[in-house]
Amino acid sequence: MTAEPVPGAGATASADPSGDVLRVEHINKRFGAVTALHDVNLHLGQGEVLGLLGDNGAGKSTLIKIMCGFQPPTSGRIILEGQEITLKSVDDARSLGIDTVYQDLALINELTVYHNMFLNRERTRWSLLSNRSMRRTAQEQLDRVGVSIPSVDSEVAKLSGGQRQAIAVARAVTSDAKVLLLDEPLAAMGAKEGAMILELVKDLKSQGQVSIIMIMHNYGQALEICDRINLLQHGEITFDRLSKDTSVQELNDIVIEEYRKALLERRQQEQNSA
Amino acid sequence: MSEITERSPQAVSPLGGQPAGRAPSPLRGLMRLLARQREATVFVVAVVLLLYFGIKYNSTFVSQTNLANLLSETAAPIIIIGIGEVFLLICGEIDLSAGFVYTFAPFLMHYLIDFYHVPALLAIIISLLFGLVVGTLNGFLTVTMGLPSFITTLGTGFILLGLTDTTSHAYPAIIPKSAVSYGQWIGAAPWSQFIWAIALTAIFWVVLNRTKWGLHTIATGGNQLGAREAGIKTGRIKYGNFMLTSTLGALVGLQVAFYVHTIDPSAGGFQPMFYAVTAAVIGGTAMLGGQGTILGAFLGAIVLATLLDGLNVAGVSANPLDIVLGAAILIAMIVNVRLARLRAAGRN
Repeated sequence: MTAEPVPGAGATASADPSGDVLRVEHINKRFGAVTALHDVNLHLGQGEVLGLLGDNGAGKSTLIKIMCGFQPPTSGRIILEGQEITLKSVDDARSLGIDTVYQDLALINELTVYHNMFLNRERTRWSLLSNRSMRRTAQEQLDRVGVSIPSVDSEVAKLSGGQRQAIAVARAVTSDAKVLLLDEPLAAMGAKEGAMILELVKDLKSQGQVSIIMIMHNYGQALEICDRINLLQHGEITFDRLSKDTSVQELNDIVIEEYRKALLERRQQEQNSA
Repeated sequence: MSEITERSPQAVSPLGGQPAGRAPSPLRGLMRLLARQREATVFVVAVVLLLYFGIKYNSTFVSQTNLANLLSETAAPIIIIGIGEVFLLICGEIDLSAGFVYTFAPFLMHYLIDFYHVPALLAIIISLLFGLVVGTLNGFLTVTMGLPSFITTLGTGFILLGLTDTTSHAYPAIIPKSAVSYGQWIGAAPWSQFIWAIALTAIFWVVLNRTKWGLHTIATGGNQLGAREAGIKTGRIKYGNFMLTSTLGALVGLQVAFYVHTIDPSAGGFQPMFYAVTAAVIGGTAMLGGQGTILGAFLGAIVLATLLDGLNVAGVSANPLDIVLGAAILIAMIVNVRLARLRAAGRN
């Protein structure tokens, strides 16, 4: 991958003629002999919410980790607002406006809510932390996205799963992100807490400032919140359709078909070895 | 987001369940403080021990010589190495070699001055910087090569011990004449070690609680993957804290050598390092990372030193003293663990 900017491409959202904020092209990722991603192409429109679905081990998290700079692809290109970018680190991606909420949330239990919200972009003055300023801003940002917690001074360990998720999302969206990557934001969450996160994403969507890629497991929720669905199977995108043009039934059928195939292969192998 | 209800922080009692707003009795106030402040337990223990020995063995214990002995000679080395160990324990590592840097650093100064004719001040600085070299090696083996730091620093510790004994033929040396005048500043004056200990405690309290370095150290130990996902260079944090601990070990070695006017190959070793780790843990630093306090380690060192010195003044001979010390450590830890549970209960 080269970091050569495309000639004539500006930094504005309209720079890409297709209107896409983010495109990944021909991404491959191999871990030794294992191919995790094979020629993945994906695009994300301005203000769009894209649902990334797929079985466990299909490569969803690997794809997210490539787009957020946590690990490099083996080959392929990432294009942000019409300009090819090289992501050497999470900081790189963040400074370009790609922010991530990881499945494990990347929260530090031992630190306060406001320190978590400013983790690795702390405000300092003469190398001392400006706690008062960070605390105030954190409170303002949480108020703005409508998350309420007992206090920004409480340790994250004291919060519920939904509150933790909300803080991780708030942290990402309040950093002027253009692209937000959410890795299973509803995993291991009760209906009530899940609803709160979905509400938060809907609010962001209606504001239209940020474009979102979400990894999801629940097809119903995905169709409700996402504009478009991509299905990742065995490291390849096999399905790309607007939410309004598909249904839970169709998505289910595709996945059941996959199981059926896998089952058939197993049976054949057993017969062969018998 | 009405799902999450507003809770005022005051309504959450640290002891859990008790209605707030009742007239607070002094005892309840004390319990509340103990439950909330990590360092409070060890502070109370330190005060009780000092009062006990101070009242019972008044004239001997409270004498200027004995207090200098307790705070400067016994407590200060534990405090100073303890500061480094707190940073390492918080980020999930430990340094068993610090006490052997302590042993070797003054010998290095002696060799440089007496055999290589290096000016005294430069030799002292190089001996301190030697700590950075050992710290870098510990960091390399732990972070880059992926060994557990317990093993890394056990190995480098033994190498340093062997290096000291081989080069010195296990014989003590005297402080080089040209270095003696610098010794007053470093540790020879009766109170200088304790003054260093207080100053370093203050500085590193600020570093841990008020700087990015401290915050990232906590993040590294609390959730290493999460810290890395947030872009924190956790390897660099660990390298830095290994370098800090080894350098503090070298400083203590020089201080003690100047204080006793001898460079002793049997000084240092495992004991001061284990005292330092003990002080850190008694003070409320978690062995599993993510949590720790500099002030707690300072107070923990005072507790240890008071026990060592006080039992000595009380006439307990050296052999049973360790039994008392071991028991005291266990009791202090049991109290700590119980209070930590109370604190955790207060959270929910």
